[in-house]
Amino acid sequence: MDINKLHPVSEFEWHIEPTGDMHVPGVIFAGKDLIAEMDDKVYEQVCNVARLPGIIDASYAMPDAHWGYGFPIGGVAAFDPDEGGIVSAGGVGFDISCGVRTLHTGLTPEQVLHQQQHLADVLYEHIPAGLGSTGIYRLNKKQMDQMLLGGAKWAVEQRLGDYKDLHHIEEQGCMQGARPEYISDHAKERQKHEMGTLGSGNHYLEVQKVVEIYDADIAAAFGIKLNDIKISIHCGSRGLGHQIGTEFLKQMVTRAADYGIRLPDRELACAPLDSDLGRRYLGAMRGAINCALANREIITHLTRQAMSKVFPAIELDLLYDVSHNTCKLEPHTIKGVTKNIFVHRKGATRAFGPGHPALPDTYKHCGQPVLIGGTMGTASYILAGASKSMQMAFGSACHGAGRSMSRRRATKLWQGKQVTQELADKGIVIRSPSMRGVAEEAPGAYKNVSKVVNAAEQAGLAKRVAKLKPMICIKG
Amino acid sequence: MITPYWEHFEHEADIGVRGYGNTPAQAFEQAALAMMAIIVDLSLIQNREVIELHCSDNDPDVLLTDWLNSLVYQIATRKMLFAQFDVRIKNGRLSARAWGEAIEIERHQPAVEIKGATFTELAVKQTDDHWLAQCVVDV
Repeated sequence: MDINKLHPVSEFEWHIEPTGDMHVPGVIFAGKDLIAEMDDKVYEQVCNVARLPGIIDASYAMPDAHWGYGFPIGGVAAFDPDEGGIVSAGGVGFDISCGVRTLHTGLTPEQVLHQQQHLADVLYEHIPAGLGSTGIYRLNKKQMDQMLLGGAKWAVEQRLGDYKDLHHIEEQGCMQGARPEYISDHAKERQKHEMGTLGSGNHYLEVQKVVEIYDADIAAAFGIKLNDIKISIHCGSRGLGHQIGTEFLKQMVTRAADYGIRLPDRELACAPLDSDLGRRYLGAMRGAINCALANREIITHLTRQAMSKVFPAIELDLLYDVSHNTCKLEPHTIKGVTKNIFVHRKGATRAFGPGHPALPDTYKHCGQPVLIGGTMGTASYILAGASKSMQMAFGSACHGAGRSMSRRRATKLWQGKQVTQELADKGIVIRSPSMRGVAEEAPGAYKNVSKVVNAAEQAGLAKRVAKLKPMICIKG
Repeated sequence: MITPYWEHFEHEADIGVRGYGNTPAQAFEQAALAMMAIIVDLSLIQNREVIELHCSDNDPDVLLTDWLNSLVYQIATRKMLFAQFDVRIKNGRLSARAWGEAIEIERHQPAVEIKGATFTELAVKQTDDHWLAQCVVDV
């Protein structure tokens, strides 16, 4: 991206002045080097989002922003229901509520090293991963609707999870306002066999070691110590979310003109919040959020079963569960006035600051845990929402490294076996149903996650707490 | 007349599919092959079963996403892979047959699952002596 088109506010905050039919400015949080690496399409997409009706404050891009569908991936935008605001299926994305959760294990690195290959095999055996895999739990029509209404809470009630987990999940594990009747039979059919499956692409389960602590007080509150072993799970709402995204995107594209909305890009397809289509999408999307929460809870259940086969006395407590692709109704104070607004986070994490009422008591004084997924070969980070972030991008931060090259280019540069061997040499054990999938996800195909996280901290979006390196990666 | 073919094109996070043919139907067949090739090496798929698909839309662009998304749905729900297509399009109505077989993870080594065909870089158009059908798919 040409940095000369941006107006610097600080070293890590750059503005695009509104021109033409942009209602608000664009704001990009990143250092010069990350901006230089960003595709020009990110600039175009940030500007296009600023053209949508009812947008509040600014169209934001996080440090890991890259070319997405309508919205940039790493885009944040909020809309006012009283000012003709909209909800956008493209602004949430296909993988609704894709997210990360991290579990404490109480293990030491030595315990893992001693059984690393065996542990990788047991986890790979227990967690269905990749295209064509199916979950152990099949849902009938009634169970499907209950799952869509109940989320992780439903999974716990089915004895596929632990009650204690719910306090450490956004929305306490159950998104209110889900309307299963607005979700098509096709979407439900696609999900019937997919509960408790990891999916593919950039989705994973990792056993990780804490290698660095940046903030000892917050780390202690989060239950993180140097050399701790954690497990992180990255996946979303599976086929159900994808189908809802597909169907509502089409409906919003074809109905936009009826609502008097001129779309700068068809992928920005949206509907007024105060419309039948807007309400139906919100109800369906909230069901998909519950599906993602239930899915991660069930995968956690399977992980507990797997881990207990290798370490019989083990207990896995949930540190936190964050979602990346959502639109949520939240109260925010803008220019001294508190309003309920609809915040879209597309490839961005909620990062509420200290004292926020949505946080569990254990974390209230230090801010929300923000779980940033890295690549198989680099590192993941745990951050905490900063007080300042509430005034910056509606309490949001980055979500991951973000790709720096296409899958196609990655397969030309690397082969799966070679990537697996190179990672093995670094002490990282990979299990995956597809070697080509591993090549496409090669660590070199991603941006430098450390730079992304540094930029988020320097911009004031979130505070670095700990760095984790992978020891085992189950790749979908 | 051209020999129908397909190719992929670059998208930072995902991948674009592009089909070329002498008719929109041929271009749609090739775009579907391009999409299947994202998942799997096409030469590994045998024609053991055939299924029928139907969709309709007066906007050819939207019809392309509908066609690819109906295939995505079949892959996800039937757990099948396809490597041959016969597409007919008349007055915005598409009917197709798709040949393939059930997914065998060990043998097919599917790389990714497709979440959906998107409206990004979406186009169905006639250029010189052939038709082109393309869009980016989310993986």
